[in-house]
Amino acid sequence: MSEEKKVKSMKVEEKEVGATLYNLDPIIMKHHYEIDYIHSYAQDSPFFAGLSKGQILGSKCPKCGATYATPRGHCMDCGAKTEWMELPLEGTVHTYTTCYFGGEEFLDETPFTLIMVEWPGVETLFLSRLVGIAPEEVAIGMKVKAKFKRLSQFKPTDVYFVPTSE
Amino acid sequence: MKPVYMIGGGITKFSKSSPQKDFRYMAKEAFDQAMADVPNLTLDMIDGSVVSYFSDHFTRQLMAGIMVQDYLGLTPKPSRRIESGGATGGMCIQSAWEAIASGRMDVCLAIGFETMSHVNTWKGNEFIALASDTNFDYPVGGFYTGYYAMMVKRHMYEFGTTERQLAAVSVKNHGNALHNPYAQFPAELTIEDVLNSEMIADPLKRLDICVMSDGAAAVILASEEMAYKLTDKPVRITGVGTGTDAMRLSDRPSRDVILLPHEKAEDYKDLKYPGVHSFRGGRVAAKEAYKMAGITNPLEDIDFVELHDAFTSSEIQTYEDLGLCKYGDGGKFVESGAASLGGKVPVNPSGGLLACGHPVGASGLMQGVFALWQLQGTIGQHFGGDDTLQIRNAKRGLIHSHAGTGTYITVSVMERGF
Ligand SMILES: [Zn+2]
Repeated sequence: MSEEKKVKSMKVEEKEVGATLYNLDPIIMKHHYEIDYIHSYAQDSPFFAGLSKGQILGSKCPKCGATYATPRGHCMDCGAKTEWMELPLEGTVHTYTTCYFGGEEFLDETPFTLIMVEWPGVETLFLSRLVGIAPEEVAIGMKVKAKFKRLSQFKPTDVYFVPTSE
Repeated sequence: MKPVYMIGGGITKFSKSSPQKDFRYMAKEAFDQAMADVPNLTLDMIDGSVVSYFSDHFTRQLMAGIMVQDYLGLTPKPSRRIESGGATGGMCIQSAWEAIASGRMDVCLAIGFETMSHVNTWKGNEFIALASDTNFDYPVGGFYTGYYAMMVKRHMYEFGTTERQLAAVSVKNHGNALHNPYAQFPAELTIEDVLNSEMIADPLKRLDICVMSDGAAAVILASEEMAYKLTDKPVRITGVGTGTDAMRLSDRPSRDVILLPHEKAEDYKDLKYPGVHSFRGGRVAAKEAYKMAGITNPLEDIDFVELHDAFTSSEIQTYEDLGLCKYGDGGKFVESGAASLGGKVPVNPSGGLLACGHPVGASGLMQGVFALWQLQGTIGQHFGGDDTLQIRNAKRGLIHSHAGTGTYITVSVMERGF
């Protein structure tokens, strides 16, 4: 093969890919950055499976009796492996806020109301969203009940709360 | 443990963005100012460094710490990166403190930076929210202002804290910053200005929340021998404390209040603690630091405090953790003027994070720099001749750095050593 055939061109191809010029003085480049993460819920998986079956699963320590509304694989008090514990679908608002802004991923969903749910006899809380109520009507101590998305997305937002009608 | 001193400090003016200088140059600027504070100190006398920044996402440069080390001409000496969320800067100082206290080094640089301007504010909020449990918390609406709003809602419910009291923190800190040439957001505000600013997450409004910043800050620590050799105004770090709490705000089961020396169990008979209204890690950090520094009554024994006021509410919560007032009395404490310039214990005389800005990895170091200048009596000299913020005869100050929903907290006590 001759040299001429092997080297087709002495110039690199000029395409605008990757970083692009954003500003001249100083020179600022703009990068796009996107990535797929393969994230395992691992030992927390049964919680997300539970949501798809209309259950909220917390944790209970078989050794010291500690209870957790948000599950954890091992006890924070004594280190023992926890067991799953089904929580009642009705709980109480421990605290709340309505977010009018948020991280970029959730901006489209604003305003949304966050609550921390408490259950009697359970020592920790559970973060969720409250819907179906005006922000100014939410109050600490109000009763709320869980609802589940019909099509499970295996995210903590598969469960959300609404005011209990009494 | 060997005694540890702070001998020099430097800081860039925090700003919304700094396209003319990257993180290395900003760090260099802070470093050069710290070196200029100690004319007898030369580069070869520095034994090593601790470099801190919070987020690899903001920087989009892994191992940025070593790039600071080499830019400053400190390679091949020892260095490490410290990251502890919002407490990154305070932890950086404590890590350098350990290097001196252990006798490993005689002079150690602690330097930190953050460049948050590389992404828009809402992407920035998303990055910060990744510092919450990504299985259970982040996907529900990950937003730190939302988390802090829920905490203060409960604080208001338990103790009667008001939005006007939160606003008083904003007015105080932004007002102090009018006399601090390094502050990003000095402003003369009224309570009404704060109350009428845009609602972000109820009850926190735009003026209750710090802004994002680019900036760097540095302090130089030294052994006793080197400190007195190098400067006639050394400041001794007499106490360090560090506390932690669970990542998730949900995971705070009730326990007894951790008491400081001046408190009694009866003071808190019916208080569920820490709940979501208090920072147990802040209390633990304070307790450890007070014990080391011999502080038995913080309100009487401390002349000023620079604390982590990313939100007005967290300043009020932190008064209580530090024992400047009882749990529950934080709102009344700021309203009484006790935390104002000229008050019983001025808190954030610099303007704090609310007004100076919060380039995360630099914020805790910023507190160190301003506390150093306060104790040296050189505020006027460093602030272009304006010594309004100089606390007369300040002998002992406290700096407090705080991460997450109270996950890592550092408290360090500094005292005039001359
Ligand atoms: Zn247990």
